[in-house]
Amino acid sequence: MSVTREEVAKIASLARIRMADAELDRMVPELNGILDWVEQLGEVDTAGVEPMTAVIPNTLRLRDDVVDADPHTAGGRRDDVLANAPAAEHGFFGVPKVIE
Amino acid sequence: MTDFTQLGVKQIRDGVAGGDFTAREVAEAFNAAVAEAAELNAFIVTTPDHALAAADATDAKRAKGEELGKMGGVPIGMKDLFATKGVQTTAASHILEGFEPEYESTVSQNLWDAGAGMLGKLNLDQFAMGSSNETSYFGNVNSPWKKDGTNAAMSPGGSSGGSSSAVAARIAPAATGTDTGGSIRQPAAFTGICGIKPTYGRCSRWGVVAFASSLDQAGPMARSVEDCAIMLEAMAGFDPKDATSLDMPVPNWEAALSADLKGKKVGIPREYRMDGTDEEILKSWEQGKEWLRDAGAEIVDVSLPHTKYALPAYYIVAPAEASSNLARYDGVRYGLRELPEGAGLQDMYAATRAAGFGDEVKRRILIGTYVLSAGFYDAYYTQAQKIRTLVARDFEQGFTQCDVILAPTTPTASFPLGSLNEDPLTMYLNDVFAVPASLAGLPAMSVPAMLNSDGLPLGLQLVGKPFDEQGVLNAGLAIQNRANFNAQPEKWW
Repeated sequence: MSVTREEVAKIASLARIRMADAELDRMVPELNGILDWVEQLGEVDTAGVEPMTAVIPNTLRLRDDVVDADPHTAGGRRDDVLANAPAAEHGFFGVPKVIE
Repeated sequence: MTDFTQLGVKQIRDGVAGGDFTAREVAEAFNAAVAEAAELNAFIVTTPDHALAAADATDAKRAKGEELGKMGGVPIGMKDLFATKGVQTTAASHILEGFEPEYESTVSQNLWDAGAGMLGKLNLDQFAMGSSNETSYFGNVNSPWKKDGTNAAMSPGGSSGGSSSAVAARIAPAATGTDTGGSIRQPAAFTGICGIKPTYGRCSRWGVVAFASSLDQAGPMARSVEDCAIMLEAMAGFDPKDATSLDMPVPNWEAALSADLKGKKVGIPREYRMDGTDEEILKSWEQGKEWLRDAGAEIVDVSLPHTKYALPAYYIVAPAEASSNLARYDGVRYGLRELPEGAGLQDMYAATRAAGFGDEVKRRILIGTYVLSAGFYDAYYTQAQKIRTLVARDFEQGFTQCDVILAPTTPTASFPLGSLNEDPLTMYLNDVFAVPASLAGLPAMSVPAMLNSDGLPLGLQLVGKPFDEQGVLNAGLAIQNRANFNAQPEKWW
C-alpha cells in the first residue's frame, strides 16, 4: 500500500502539523519507503493470535479513596500548572478566539 | 593526586564513604571536565551548582556519621528526557525549549535521594527518536571515539547519545538513559560502556517525557557492570504515580553479583545471524560464547522465529504511541507557541507543531497517525500488536531452554555522523538486535567486548527473563571479567 501526496497532506492536517509543498514532496517517498517495508508483516499468519495489550502482566490498582491522595496529582496547583504556559491570563490558559 | 574522572560509581561511593576523598573534590573534578568538553556537545545545559550542592550535602552527612545512600557523592549526567524541577527539560526539541518543570521525575528524585548530584542535562535524539544523535534540535553529539587514522566525527549512538558520549569521555562517571527500542544498549555498544534496560515497569515513567509508553524504560549507563547494578538499584522501585510500575521489591543486585555461571544455560538465537551483519561483530559474538563457556555456562541453540518481524512491528507500534503522546504539544499549556497574524486555534496548533518538531519526529507522528486511522488500523496496528505477542512468545519458548540469551547489540560499529541519514530505513536497521527484547519488555544489557580493526568498540548483548536483571548482570560480569575492556578514547576535545 502506498500513500499519495494528497493523503500525506490529509494525515498532516489530522496530526495538526502544517506542511509546506516542498516538505510534503520530501515526505511522500520517505513514508512510502517505510510503509513498503512494514508491508512484510502481512505475510505472518496471525490467525488466533491476540494482539498484545500489556507486555508484563500487571493488575491495575485502585488508589486510596481519599481526596487529594497524591499531592502531585491533586488539585490546588493552578499556578504550577500555568507556570509554563505561553499565554496565561486571569488564571487560565489563553488561546486565540475560537467563537465568532 | 587521584584523577577523580577516572573513577566509576562504586569507587567514588566507597572512596567518599571511607574518607579517602570528599564528594566535593569529585564534583569539582567532573564539573571541570564537563566545562572542558563543550566540543562533544554532550550536554544541553550544565548544572555545576547542583552537583556541588549534592556533594556538600553528602560530605556534611558523613561528618555527622549518617548513611550516605547508594549513590552517595556520585555526580551523574541526566538525560534531558527526565523532568527536573526548575532545570530546563527539552527532550532535545525546540517545542520544549525553555520548559522548566514544576516537578521532579520519580527516577531523578530517587537518584538525588540516594545521594547523587547532577552535572547537567544530556543531549539526545529529539524525543528519543533516532539511533545516531543527529535529530537533536541542539546539534549532533560527537562520540569521543575516532576511527583509526581518520578525524571524522563519529556517532555516539542514540537516542541516549549524550549519555554514552559523556560516560565514555570520562566527563561523567555514569548517566541515566532511556530505552524504547535500543536507546540505552546501542549507544553503550558504540562507545565501549555498559548499559542496562530493566524489565518494563521496574523504573517509573512518571516525569519522563513520553515517546512510546508501552516500551519506554529508564536505565543506567556506566563503565562497569557493578556500577550499572548500583545505579539501577537507586533508580528502580514501585511508584503509585505510574500505572504500569511494578509493585515488587527492588532486589539487591550489587550484593548478589556473581560471575560464576556454572549450571546456567546461555541461548544463542539462530535468527540473529542476519545478512549484512559485520564480520567482526560475528567474531565478537563467537568470542562471547567462549567467555561464557569459560565462566561455566553451557551454550545452547535457541530459535526466535519471529525476529525478522520485530523491527517492522516496532515501527508501527512506536510511532502509533508517539502520535498519541505528542498530541499534547499544542502551544497552549507549555512550550513553544507559534501564532501567525490572524491565526485561529487550529492554525496555531499546526504552526506551533510545524515549527517545534524536527523532521524525524514529524515523520513518526505522520506514520503513527496513518496506521491508527480508520480503515488502516487493523491492517497495520492490530497486526503489529499480534506480531508483538508472537515475538514475546518466542522468548517465552526460548527461555524454557536457557537462562539468558547472548547476541550482538548492533549489526555494525559506530559510523561517521552524516553517513546514514539519507534514508530513514537504513538508520532504523541499527536497532534490529535491540528491538525484540523491547517489544517483549525484557531486561537487556550491552557490555563492551573489544575494539574492532578500526579501533572502535563493539558490544555484546544479554537478554534475560522478565524480572531477572540479576541473570543479565551476572552474565555481563562474566564477559566483563574476561574481555578486560579498558580502552579509552584519546582526548581530542
